[in-house]
Amino acid sequence: MAEYLTFEHDVLVIGAGGAGLRAAIEASAADVRVGLICKSLLGKAHTVMAEGGIAAAMGNVDERDNWRVHFADTMRGGQYVNNWRMAELHAKEAPDRVHELEAWGAVFDRTKDGRILQRNFGGHKYPRLAHVGDRTGLEMIRTLQDHGVHRGIDVYMECTVVTLLKDGDRVVGAMAYDRERGRFQVFKAKAIVMATGGVGRAFKITSNSWEYTGDGHSLAYHAGAELIDMEFVQFHPTGMVWPPSVRGILVTEGVRGEGGVLLNLEGRRFMFDDIPENYRSQTADNEEEGWRYTQGDKNARRPPDLLTRDHVARCIVREIKEGRGSPHGGVFLDISWIKKRLPNAAEHIKKKLPSMYHQFKQLADIDITEQPMEVGPTTHYMMGGIRVDSDTQMSTVEGLFACGECAAGINGANRLGGNSLSDLLVFGKRAGEFAAKFASENSPGQASPDQIDEAARRALEPFERSSDARGEGPYQIQHDLQEMMQDLVGIVRREDEMLRALEGIEKLWERSRRVSVTGNREYNPGWHTALDLTNLLTVAEAITLSALERKESRGAQYRDDYPAKDEEFGRFNIAVKKSDDGRMQLRREAIPEMPAELKQVIEEMK
Amino acid sequence: MKKATFRIWRGDARGGDFVDYTTEVSEGMVVLDAVHQIQAEQATDLACRWNCKAGKCGSCSAEVNGMPRLMCMTRLNTLPLENPVTIEPMKAFPIIKDLITDVSWNYEVKKRIKKFKPRPPDAPDGTWRMAQEDIDRVQEFRKCIECYLCQDVCHVLREHNLHAEFIGPRFLVYAAALEMHPLDTEDRLKELKDAQGIGYCNITKCCTKVCPESITITDNAIIPLKERVVGEFYDPLTRLFRIFRPRASSEQQ
Repeated sequence: MAEYLTFEHDVLVIGAGGAGLRAAIEASAADVRVGLICKSLLGKAHTVMAEGGIAAAMGNVDERDNWRVHFADTMRGGQYVNNWRMAELHAKEAPDRVHELEAWGAVFDRTKDGRILQRNFGGHKYPRLAHVGDRTGLEMIRTLQDHGVHRGIDVYMECTVVTLLKDGDRVVGAMAYDRERGRFQVFKAKAIVMATGGVGRAFKITSNSWEYTGDGHSLAYHAGAELIDMEFVQFHPTGMVWPPSVRGILVTEGVRGEGGVLLNLEGRRFMFDDIPENYRSQTADNEEEGWRYTQGDKNARRPPDLLTRDHVARCIVREIKEGRGSPHGGVFLDISWIKKRLPNAAEHIKKKLPSMYHQFKQLADIDITEQPMEVGPTTHYMMGGIRVDSDTQMSTVEGLFACGECAAGINGANRLGGNSLSDLLVFGKRAGEFAAKFASENSPGQASPDQIDEAARRALEPFERSSDARGEGPYQIQHDLQEMMQDLVGIVRREDEMLRALEGIEKLWERSRRVSVTGNREYNPGWHTALDLTNLLTVAEAITLSALERKESRGAQYRDDYPAKDEEFGRFNIAVKKSDDGRMQLRREAIPEMPAELKQVIEEMK
Repeated sequence: MKKATFRIWRGDARGGDFVDYTTEVSEGMVVLDAVHQIQAEQATDLACRWNCKAGKCGSCSAEVNGMPRLMCMTRLNTLPLENPVTIEPMKAFPIIKDLITDVSWNYEVKKRIKKFKPRPPDAPDGTWRMAQEDIDRVQEFRKCIECYLCQDVCHVLREHNLHAEFIGPRFLVYAAALEMHPLDTEDRLKELKDAQGIGYCNITKCCTKVCPESITITDNAIIPLKERVVGEFYDPLTRLFRIFRPRASSEQQ
């Protein structure tokens, strides 16, 4: 075997957003050696983009709130294909995780009596989101980062994992390269926590950064782990649509939580036109009641603008398709109208939504206190991911744990806004705890030198092809994949289109095997993009195959050819796994029977 | 479609030079879009950091036409495109490659600042009470996205290279956020005076000017911190007072 720089840890956490940081902190508390790999610089992970807040039933603003309501809301939002045990743990443990952040220095907005303020958000019955203006994610990642650096965790920044290393059936390490020099590094670990986030870069219009290329999904899959729910990709209803260069950048749901309304070209509140049956009893049927809800009237029901993201996104697509969209192919989102209702409305908006105010002012020349925004759906979040045990977060591969967006289960067919930040905390903590336990109970494994040499050889192939005339640069392949997934496996799906997508993915796999890059190994973004292709294509294939298999419409998955929900499909999740011959295998995993106690909670909250 | 030329610094620690790239520009584009376009079409190994592309992560700091800016928030229609747009890396940190600098010093500095140490919880359920007006100032400081543009523009670091003696505006803001946190019980004034060099700042306010989050770094963070340091160590009355009544914290130690 060639010589590689080698590091040894008990627990290695891959990914340093909210989930990875929380996992690393928890593992370090168990007094084991912890390593933390960041693809970018520490503190820059996608968690900084989270705006609205952390969902936790603390009941600070409405004392009727408790874990049971939060649990029922999460299950309803996920259309009951969630892992109910994870939804239960999440709802029960989220308040403690938020209080913990405060003990570590986070400074949340306050209620009048000095407690943590909570705001309304889509799909949550009561004001539930602990927040800091519209920059909650930044507050959270900075708090975890500043707390974490004092815990003796070894941090490896700008380091990208290219493969997981195995000893028999168990994961025992990872092979990575550092971006600055392009050197390979071997990380030996008794347990690995995957916390790499989502897959948004598989689509053209996305709120996700370049990092979101499904690395954890793909690394785990190729190491033999099962992925589930891959058909459920969340399209956030409100991304920016103009100017073209900012298309997809997120506009927080908080705008609607503060009283912002969706309007079509005719100025009509089109969200009142289509309120789903299972939400009718808790949704306002007139504008006046909706406004009162956003202003804290406990007797008012939620306006339909705050229905779940899957539904709002589809209503927006309908308005655009039927010719009632805004000039640049979106719809209008107006918060400026509240000046009719509130004194000092402009100041109020700037205080409550400072990032949104600046984002539109600087990037689109729009003053949101005066003019409506133009918004449209953007690929935002991956409900699907690595299948994990609900309590320990261990995947189907021994020694491999997962948490945060790259793990699956809690969200079912659609995630509620605010549940991701709490998910990161609750299951980040659990993953760190149980990974440390696993590491303490197991001796180190041994990865064969062949595996390591082979991984290095494969990673360097794009350079060897650079003189080869048939080679192709990585950017065009990535671009073609994004375009195709957007068109054929997007918000509205059909069998014939998805079959075409599968053929397209096959061709892109072939092209990716011929990809070539120029320059040297030091900080070379072209090389990085070339290596990302395997991850992107793996998740694209998993999404498409799973979406084909689910012949119904549920949550984020909308099938034009099967527009109705089918009870039969509500009984299982779809799992994919790499078979022995290297092909992607599908399986239906039955959802276990919910305990009577939880069933009763759902009944009561109906 | 309109074209514009971008004069981008290419090279590494051993040296480098500006290279001109001409590319098409369209409505609403920001400098980072142009860099990406050049990367995809002409120079696949052109190195630059970025993540969120929405001014929230603070990764894409660079100097655009000589001004420290976030590339993702600098719109091309605010620049004179009849001349080449120069894009170069931050000057206060060592070069790695092209637009990438080694900012690891910042991470080391932060580690040296004493961490948050809250008072015991106010309520039996382990939670605290704080009034919104008491945290407004701290929340302003906590808007910081750690782009390090304030460090880049600060002459103490940029011109005089006093990285070993001065922590720079970013970490004075960080220290201020901790010192003014209503729950915090730690005392960081001695280090600020001795090891962290708060005295080097002579209030030229360049940091405040370049802050993309519009944090009033000098007026709200550094000056009040300087006042606390002066009050603690240089005020004759306080010193006299201390001879007769030592501070509670030193009694504990």
